[in-house]
Amino acid sequence: MAENIIIIGGGPCGLEAAKTLRDLGYAPIILEKKQELGGHLRKWDRLFPEGVQAKQVLKELTSGLKGIEWHTSVDIETIEKSRKGYTVTLSTGVSYNSPALLLTNGFKLFPAEKKEEYGYGIYDKVITNADLEQYFAKGKDNVIKKPKTIGFVHCVGSRDEKVGNRQCSKVCCATAVKQACEMKELFPDATIYSFYMDLRLFGRNYEDMYLTAQKKYGIRYIRGRVSEVSEDIDGSLIVKAEDTLLCKPLRLKIDLLVLMTGIVPENSSASLAQQLNIELGEDGFYKPKDTILEPCMAENNGLFMAGACTGPKTIPETLSEARAAAVQIHNYLNKSWISGIL
Amino acid sequence: MDFGYSLSKSSTMKIENLENSKFKALAKLEPDATKCIGCGCCTASCSAGVFADMSLRQILLSLQRDCQDKYLPMLQNCMLCGKCMLVCPRGINTRHLILSICKIYGIEQ
Ligand SMILES: Cc1cc2nc3c(=O)[nH]c(=O)nc-3n(C[C@H](O)[C@H](O)[C@H](O)COP(=O)(O)OP(=O)(O)OC[C@H]3O[C@@H](n4cnc5c(N)ncnc54)[C@H](O)[C@@H]3O)c2cc1C
Ligand code: SF4
Ligand code: SF4
Ligand code: SF4
Repeated sequence: MAENIIIIGGGPCGLEAAKTLRDLGYAPIILEKKQELGGHLRKWDRLFPEGVQAKQVLKELTSGLKGIEWHTSVDIETIEKSRKGYTVTLSTGVSYNSPALLLTNGFKLFPAEKKEEYGYGIYDKVITNADLEQYFAKGKDNVIKKPKTIGFVHCVGSRDEKVGNRQCSKVCCATAVKQACEMKELFPDATIYSFYMDLRLFGRNYEDMYLTAQKKYGIRYIRGRVSEVSEDIDGSLIVKAEDTLLCKPLRLKIDLLVLMTGIVPENSSASLAQQLNIELGEDGFYKPKDTILEPCMAENNGLFMAGACTGPKTIPETLSEARAAAVQIHNYLNKSWISGIL
Repeated sequence: MDFGYSLSKSSTMKIENLENSKFKALAKLEPDATKCIGCGCCTASCSAGVFADMSLRQILLSLQRDCQDKYLPMLQNCMLCGKCMLVCPRGINTRHLILSICKIYGIEQ
């Protein structure tokens, strides 16, 4: 009989790992806390850099699950480690055993209201990148009504010691460039500004997206972090920043402000780490055994981790890690069985 | 022969021989001096900046490049209100930093 492998988290990473493990002859069990599989991918409309439909990728990932057991709306109560592997018990009392455990519980979006000086949740016209994706997907919104001037704010909740997150979220520069172009497509008469500290367009074709944003869409890039936002008497917003390349402080009146909220550790990572007796990095993401040679393996025997739970990643990076972790689990089990450890 | 222009002093910066003992002393007194990422938040929110030139970002950079003569006088406009401290994403203790700059570079507040 095929051996069970428990996967905690049914986002892109958990789904891809489950499929690879199934193809390797195992019987994966995905435990997902939300009502549906898919993780953050469910929230996005089109994906950078080419604008592929997120729905299409989601469909691909969530179909063909034959041979994979999955449970949604689960609440993990305890995880115990024994010589034979791991026992995960849910709040319903049901428990599952497996010789290896894979953590793919992903990330959390930075809660933008925590960055009070940007006014999310206070001023109507301040929205987040996630809100904008929902608007793109649905095509309507109460706030977005023919904006004439739109601002994008990079690094919201990232690279900011004031909110306790020093790390760069990696995906939000590309998201901002993508969304700015999409907004210009929808509102050709709007003037669009993007406030950045560094444009981190690291991936293949990402720089081309930037060039397109400048050349085709005329997005105005201003190098300066937004320091504060306030509301004017007419309901429009006033943004303060310094144009650091011109060495001039500036004030800009705009109709819509989009905050690029970043990637922070998922809430459950801390409690799972505690139960499993593993370390978190200073940034709150899981710490692998070796960041270069063993990024998908924990110090503990039989424990593996992949995807955004070990730090910000794009979807292709996440999927590659998912496959890598699955193969590593396979190798680990083969070695353990041969040497009689399990 | 007159070509209509003359040789003038080069305007390029020479940074090979930065004499930075003063900056080192500053960093010793206030280690945050090396943490700036040049984001401009301090300048954008500066209470004095509305009326006069005041850019902590520019001052800090000029100190690191040892070309501060033109920039230090801006400090005279600072009211030590501490607003820059509230917005600095690197959590720099800007008030103490400004006071330390004044001390090391001999500026009277
Ligand atoms: C604004 C934004 C836009 C993005 N756009 C793109 C893009 O265009 N292209 C691209 O390549 N990438 C993009 N990304 C990155 C992409 O979202 C991630 O790479 C991907 O979601 C990571 O997948 P994951 O499975 O590791 O994590 P997640 O997607 O976070 O999935 C984790 C899953 O685990 C579940 N979970 C969490 N805790 C528990 C628990 N205790 N028990 C059970 N289940 C649990 C969660 O409910 C979730 O379903 C974007 C990211 C952001 C922030
Ligand atoms: S990817 Fe860009 S916007 Fe996101 S945190 Fe890094 S620098 Fe800031
Ligand atoms: S402390 Fe000085 S530099 Fe900082 S905001 Fe106040 S006036 Fe500006
Ligand atoms: S706010 Fe802080 S990090 Fe930004 S330029 Fe000013 S001192 Fe530097």
